[in-house]
Amino acid sequence: MEHVAVPGKPTGEHAHEHAHAHEELGFLWKYVFSQDHKVIGIQYAITGLLFLFFGFTLMMIMRWQLAYPGRPIPLIGGLLGAARASQGIMLPEFYNQLGAMHGTIMVFLGVVPLAVGGFGNFVTPLQIGAPDMAFPKLNMMSYWMYFIGGVVMLASFLMPGGAAQSGWTSYPPLAVISDGQTWWLVGMIFLITSSLLGALNFIVTIVQLRAKGLSWMRLPFFVWAQLVTSFLLLLAFPPLEAAGVLQLMDRLAGTSFFMPSGLVVSGRPLTVSGGGNPILWQHLFWFLAHPEVYVLILPGMGIVSEVIANNTRKPLWGYRAMVYSLIFLGFMSFIVWAHHMFMTGMGTTMSAFFQTTTMIISIPSIVILTALLLSLWGASIRFTTPMLFALAFLPMFGIGGLTGLPLGLAPSDIHLHDTYYVIGHFHYVVAPGTIFALFAGIYYWFPKATGRKLNDVLGRIHFWGSLVCINLIFAPMFIQGLAGMNRRLYDGGQQYTHLQGLPMRLHIWIGMAAWTLALFQLPFIFNFFWSIWRGQPVDRNPWQATTLEWSAPSPPGHGNFLTEPVVYRGPYEYSVPGAVKDFTPQFEPERA
Amino acid sequence: MNIPYTVETRPDTGLANGKLGIWLFLASEVMLFGALFSTYIILRTGAAEWPHGELSVLLGAINTVILISSSVTMVMAWASLKMNEWSKHRLYLILTFVLAGVFLVNKYFEYSEHLALGEGPWASTFLAIYFTLTGLHGLHIVGGMVVMAYFIGPGAKMAKTSPEQFTNRIEYTGLYWHFVDLVWIFLFPVLYLL
Repeated sequence: MEHVAVPGKPTGEHAHEHAHAHEELGFLWKYVFSQDHKVIGIQYAITGLLFLFFGFTLMMIMRWQLAYPGRPIPLIGGLLGAARASQGIMLPEFYNQLGAMHGTIMVFLGVVPLAVGGFGNFVTPLQIGAPDMAFPKLNMMSYWMYFIGGVVMLASFLMPGGAAQSGWTSYPPLAVISDGQTWWLVGMIFLITSSLLGALNFIVTIVQLRAKGLSWMRLPFFVWAQLVTSFLLLLAFPPLEAAGVLQLMDRLAGTSFFMPSGLVVSGRPLTVSGGGNPILWQHLFWFLAHPEVYVLILPGMGIVSEVIANNTRKPLWGYRAMVYSLIFLGFMSFIVWAHHMFMTGMGTTMSAFFQTTTMIISIPSIVILTALLLSLWGASIRFTTPMLFALAFLPMFGIGGLTGLPLGLAPSDIHLHDTYYVIGHFHYVVAPGTIFALFAGIYYWFPKATGRKLNDVLGRIHFWGSLVCINLIFAPMFIQGLAGMNRRLYDGGQQYTHLQGLPMRLHIWIGMAAWTLALFQLPFIFNFFWSIWRGQPVDRNPWQATTLEWSAPSPPGHGNFLTEPVVYRGPYEYSVPGAVKDFTPQFEPERA
Repeated sequence: MNIPYTVETRPDTGLANGKLGIWLFLASEVMLFGALFSTYIILRTGAAEWPHGELSVLLGAINTVILISSSVTMVMAWASLKMNEWSKHRLYLILTFVLAGVFLVNKYFEYSEHLALGEGPWASTFLAIYFTLTGLHGLHIVGGMVVMAYFIGPGAKMAKTSPEQFTNRIEYTGLYWHFVDLVWIFLFPVLYLL
């Protein structure tokens, strides 16, 4: 019988190399139901990337309907089925499903799992010198909860009535009476549980498993970002879980938590007991969903900080100020939620309070962004591929943040609310902001995960193509929004005279840019798989970085470090005067 | 591979991993029930009228006594482990489990009485809140019973192999159980008396 090399099972001649291995696991336990934080991190990252691509695809289909309302969708129009697109022309119900699921998938199944589940899991224990997460079994459970939640969300497209149709915000009463919402709620309960278990695990890991000598002010900024993010997830998600349970009761048990009395649907009075409060849902939802915005952005800021310090070969400017801002930001994010609700008639006192807190929360964000910009000052920057993405993050997140100010003030929000301006604003934060930071992270830590570098030429094509296209997508939305174009319109606004001309024509250009953006992801996808096997092999510390993860082998084995790591100094000791090299790692003893 | 501080405490934080973990979990539970109680306040203050005396105060009071007693037996289960009295620990843990079961049986009678009269959660906002809050609390009781059943049954082996860790686990179960008890102590006046 021939020797077949099964991963994790040494063949005869290599068996002696594994003589010291503590345990040998079969394929299923090593790669599928793994309890190793690195494998779980990679599982999260790949699942998250697939969902990002799927969510993007949903948007590309919607973009056709917006650019050419009422024209049959090319290529896939016939495959969608009569319930979704009759004779290839998208039906309004299906358009609503795509919109709701694009938001849900991008936020809860794409960006957060990649940023927190993926990078948080893979990098955090390595950066703090821990052998693994504090609760490895819980970690595995978090991933599989997320996976089930994702499957439920995907399967809801195939259920009778289709997927949820009420936007990712699921405002009642519409959400309570429209098809597909039940599966959305069930999926969300799985995703929330997964997030809670993960957040708890991260906090315990960071508090308890820091290596010897790794005091709080020696933590890499990325770890701080993950810590604050975890607190937001831990404390903000339960109210949405409560709200989800209440909405599920409204749908299944006939309660009226969110259903007011005297509701008339399609000319017929609704038979519910009434007495509920639809605004209550909005409060509970945004109590999660505003901190969620920071859950989306903080890990990105953490990644960018690591990449910038490494490629400027300088310490981060104002590390302490950044950490304090981050903590303050975390606190404040719990008391700004109702700036999403200026239009609900909640009263001027409430509006005044929430617009004030919103203006205050912009200060720590600006402190962090300014510190990162000043870190570039006077540096001889290495323009590596991760650095390009990190550099692009700064102005992109800047645009996203600054365009948010008019939305945070009640008077200007009244004009801009629910228009394409809002879409442009938060996509600048999340797409060329967070997602660019995530790409920076993938290019930066890929060598640690695989032992090989991603190709730089393909990386540059990916970067420049994405940067140009993504701006062509989102910048025109500000113009459309200021012109008064409402979001969530099935025909893009064709029915309105005030939107004729440029605002409607921009839909065509945005569509073109979106489809081109998809083409520029192909070099990345190819690069990703090609480099796993054919990329340039690297040693432990290819970027000449200072943080602990670079002292472990690439890729690190189960248990991470060959010897117990000890930390001697702060995280960003680059270009220390008098030092031999331009980097002095945290793990190098004082005198060699 | 061993994870540090699973059993022993970390000197600078003074905590074992599990202790911090259970407190963080309880913090998220506080937010969960906090949101539900806020819902109650908002719906009640917005309601034109609010029903009184729909629930049996007697049954509710009995359940309050049962749950508080079960908290006491839970502490005793942990304390007797600390004092190395294994059979007492078994007795108290099983007693806690039984009391939890009696609580649920009592709850079942309450529920079925309402449902027989057609007073389901669909009937009014008050009943909707009553069934949802007590239902979620009941699920927490069931969760606690599952954990206790594990430590009475297969989980008890650990008391021999790693007694210190087993004692810690009983302590964490106790913390959770006191929290579930505490929620009921809020639920009882809010739903039955006010």
